[in-house]
Amino acid sequence: MLNNLTIAQAKKLLDQKKLSSSELTKFYLDRIKKLEPKISAFVTITDKEALKQAEKADKLISQGAKKLLLGIPISIKDNFNTKGVQTTASSKVLEGYIPPYDATVVNLLKEEGAVIVGKTNMDAWAHGSSTETSDFGSTKNPWNIKRLPGGSSGGSTASVAADEVVISIGSETAGSIRQPAAWCGVVGLKPTYGRVSRYGVIAMGSSLDSPGPITKTVEESAFVLNILAGQDKFDATTSPKNVEDYTKNLNQKISDLKIGISKRYFDQCEKDVKDSVMQAIKVLEKLGAKIIEIDLFDPQYAIAVYTIIQRAEVSSNLARYDGIRYGNGRDKFGEEAKRRIMLGTYALSAGYYDQYYNKAQKVRTLIINDFKKAFSQVDVIIGPTSPSTALPLGASKGHPMFGEMADVLVEPSSIAGLPGINVPCGLSSENLPIGMQIIGPQFSESLILNVANQFEKNTDFHKASPNI
Amino acid sequence: MKYTPVIGLEVHIELYTKSKMFCSCSADYFGKEPNTHTCPVCLGLPGALPVPNKKAIEWCMAIGLALNCEISEFSKFDRKNYFYPDLPKGYQISQYDQPFCKKGQVTLSSGKKIRITRAHMEEDTAKLTHAKVDGKNVSLIDFNRSGIPLVEIVTEPDFENAKDVVEYLKLLQQTARYLGVSKADMEKGDMRLEPNISLKKEGSSGLPNYKVEVKNINSFRFVEKAINFELERQEKILEEGETPKQETRGWNESKQATISQRSKEEAHDYRYFPEPDIPPVRTGRDEIAEIKSTLPELPQERLKRFQTLYSLSSYDAEILAREKETADFFDQAAKDAKLHNVSPKQIANFIINKKPDIEKTLPAELIQSVISQKTSATISQSDLEELVKEILSENPDIVADYKKGKTNSIQVLIGKVMQKTKGQANASEVKTELENLLK
Amino acid sequence: MSKVTLDIDHVARLANIPLQSNEKSTFSKQLEETLIYVEKLEEVETKNTEPTSQVTNLENVTREDVASPSLTQEEALQNSKSTYNGFILTNAILEEQ
Repeated sequence: MLNNLTIAQAKKLLDQKKLSSSELTKFYLDRIKKLEPKISAFVTITDKEALKQAEKADKLISQGAKKLLLGIPISIKDNFNTKGVQTTASSKVLEGYIPPYDATVVNLLKEEGAVIVGKTNMDAWAHGSSTETSDFGSTKNPWNIKRLPGGSSGGSTASVAADEVVISIGSETAGSIRQPAAWCGVVGLKPTYGRVSRYGVIAMGSSLDSPGPITKTVEESAFVLNILAGQDKFDATTSPKNVEDYTKNLNQKISDLKIGISKRYFDQCEKDVKDSVMQAIKVLEKLGAKIIEIDLFDPQYAIAVYTIIQRAEVSSNLARYDGIRYGNGRDKFGEEAKRRIMLGTYALSAGYYDQYYNKAQKVRTLIINDFKKAFSQVDVIIGPTSPSTALPLGASKGHPMFGEMADVLVEPSSIAGLPGINVPCGLSSENLPIGMQIIGPQFSESLILNVANQFEKNTDFHKASPNI
Repeated sequence: MKYTPVIGLEVHIELYTKSKMFCSCSADYFGKEPNTHTCPVCLGLPGALPVPNKKAIEWCMAIGLALNCEISEFSKFDRKNYFYPDLPKGYQISQYDQPFCKKGQVTLSSGKKIRITRAHMEEDTAKLTHAKVDGKNVSLIDFNRSGIPLVEIVTEPDFENAKDVVEYLKLLQQTARYLGVSKADMEKGDMRLEPNISLKKEGSSGLPNYKVEVKNINSFRFVEKAINFELERQEKILEEGETPKQETRGWNESKQATISQRSKEEAHDYRYFPEPDIPPVRTGRDEIAEIKSTLPELPQERLKRFQTLYSLSSYDAEILAREKETADFFDQAAKDAKLHNVSPKQIANFIINKKPDIEKTLPAELIQSVISQKTSATISQSDLEELVKEILSENPDIVADYKKGKTNSIQVLIGKVMQKTKGQANASEVKTELENLLK
Repeated sequence: MSKVTLDIDHVARLANIPLQSNEKSTFSKQLEETLIYVEKLEEVETKNTEPTSQVTNLENVTREDVASPSLTQEEALQNSKSTYNGFILTNAILEEQ
């Protein structure tokens, strides 16, 4: 009965008093206990706090309180500060660090009554697309535990795919929500940069970081975005733009929709991926959408731009970790963090700024303009989320740019600050999930959620779940 | 061989805003318990983000305008990256290539012009205290000061002597106080000075190929001493045919010398880049005009006006214009004084000599004091006593009346004394004297 | 392609990253590899292009000058390994000759 509950299903059970939040929370905590030895999706399991929150939720439910996530068990990526609960970003530098404050996103979720069952594993500092750079060991893909879940929000996507929680919250700099969502076969929404507050999210690439929901269905992502989106007085880069009801347009017809596809985004893909995504696009075409071939900038340039900007920002963002006020010394940084810090330092250093950083920021402008041009012709752009399905454990080791290569197809839109969503659209011959991404112009979350939902409603891929 | 000093200044002024530069912690930190004015932002905790203080930006621009700077239409914050335990984020949010204010100028009393390169906004660091704990040399860190708004004012290397530096500093201090943006108290660390000092051969053009930065000059009293010490030190080295080392030195008051500072800080490569957490700042002409309209009359203008409008000596004008409160008070009193036939000069003398507590005195009261003082100052106590005795012996009837209880008759006596002194005595003093002798 | 030269000791010092001697050659090689990859950008003409450091197009985002309560001293110090009388303690950082 409790199999793969969505938010709406769980809420219904709670509202109808068929189940208490405490029982629901215990169910998930038991499942976590059972599955964690195989999957390792969590860095910290907050069972005691969760049960307390669930009890509180039960009280509120009995008083007739209406809150959007009241009593619903969720997980949160370990780069979100949680007051009184260890927050490490999966790095030994922050092992044992107890924040004195909540991230804005965490605050919003708590206010809506969510029950936080734990903090999920990630690539240390969100550096990577595998979770293998976690200082606390890799998470495994619930579809095949010899495979990677992707990353950096791999713990979050694995926890949703394995049904250890109802939903999870992740963050994306360039691919960290969409790519692991694709590899784990769940829905992952990366909102427009500035739509959701970064306050209290351990900074990776400050001009790119976007927190977002990871869910089993598109509708849930829209529902959670309603909670997360909005201007935050603690984050000067959040947009004052009005927050829409993102669930409102989910069922709009897409018969007038113009979908852009770029050959370049399919060129480097595995055959199964390419075929599934092309099939998926045909589904949308059948619903009336018009497919238009567009020419986008070679994503290889986006890799180069992203590599420089992100590492430069990383080198500065990780400078605060000196072990004096909190945490451990800089000798505790893992290999990947050290590499990124040093590359970023080099790219910003005297004599190299123009050649690297400034050049990258200029090409970034061209990529933004390239998308603007594309969106004057089409409403959304659709392509594969990742060129491959989940790679075997160990695949990232020794590759200084593994993440960039795995994220080649999501990097251009991240650099431009655009929203994108991953929706499951098939299974490979090895029974691994395949994801397609829908990208729209800035602040077009309603539209891409609408397209994603129309696809989901007309297919069954979201119903597939791993046998674990 | 003769040398000409080449001195440029970097001055930091802490703004007296209510809250810090990028967070809402109280900026009123001086003398408070350590680490009680901090939050995730100014402690540099993981995930915290800065949001700039609007008032601080306006005040920075006000300082720039007071120093005749251009205000940039477009400017931004940048990160200045370096490691030091007093810098919690590992970078200081500052401004690099697009500061709020640039290309200003001030004129010293000698007529010498000092070019202002720029005035920009940044955040202060934590306060380090060096101490011995359990026999070990340690540094103690207090983050209360971390994130206090700081305006850095940089001059071109236009100074040629320490006296001009002091005059400039006093002018900056005075300006900050007139604007009401800071007390600019050097002893409290509100205003900090870092001169770059070098020497060039007299008559040579261009700048020397080295410069020495001097830190730790934390009192007005040390400025001249430190600069002159450094100039002499460098001259000796140059006389020996060598070039002084380019370095940072600290003024050591107990040794009365500048001392080379070796810190563990890496060679300067600050890797500036635009602060991604703060959108840029655009300032329209209207906004600049609005800030300009809030500027008070500035110290130098006021000094000039006091001299021309009130015919004061430069010495008097300087004293009266030094503090804005005194200057405002004098202005009001001098204006009101006209109605009472009292001259601004008399008001000025009274303020300078009697130093009345202007916070507790109204300008009108001060004028009354001047008027009554006018009628007393010129006759001495002994002369007055003689005069009173004379009057008493000349008017035995009135004295008799008084002694009978007609105390009002004393007024007649006062009038007679005043008449005799031709208004040179103070009526109340006369009354006291009369009462004494009538006892 | 220009030749990339990277002084790993200098970069590590600037970045304040302690390196073991065996790490140096690996990192040198990997960093140079990455730098060679990003040289791809030289193929892109950007003479008349302005750099983008913010994608939001926001400007003038400020807060009013109002103070609000801070963390307590206990909260401020709770994660520090070494404190003394309300201060955070660190090794002496300034030596005077």
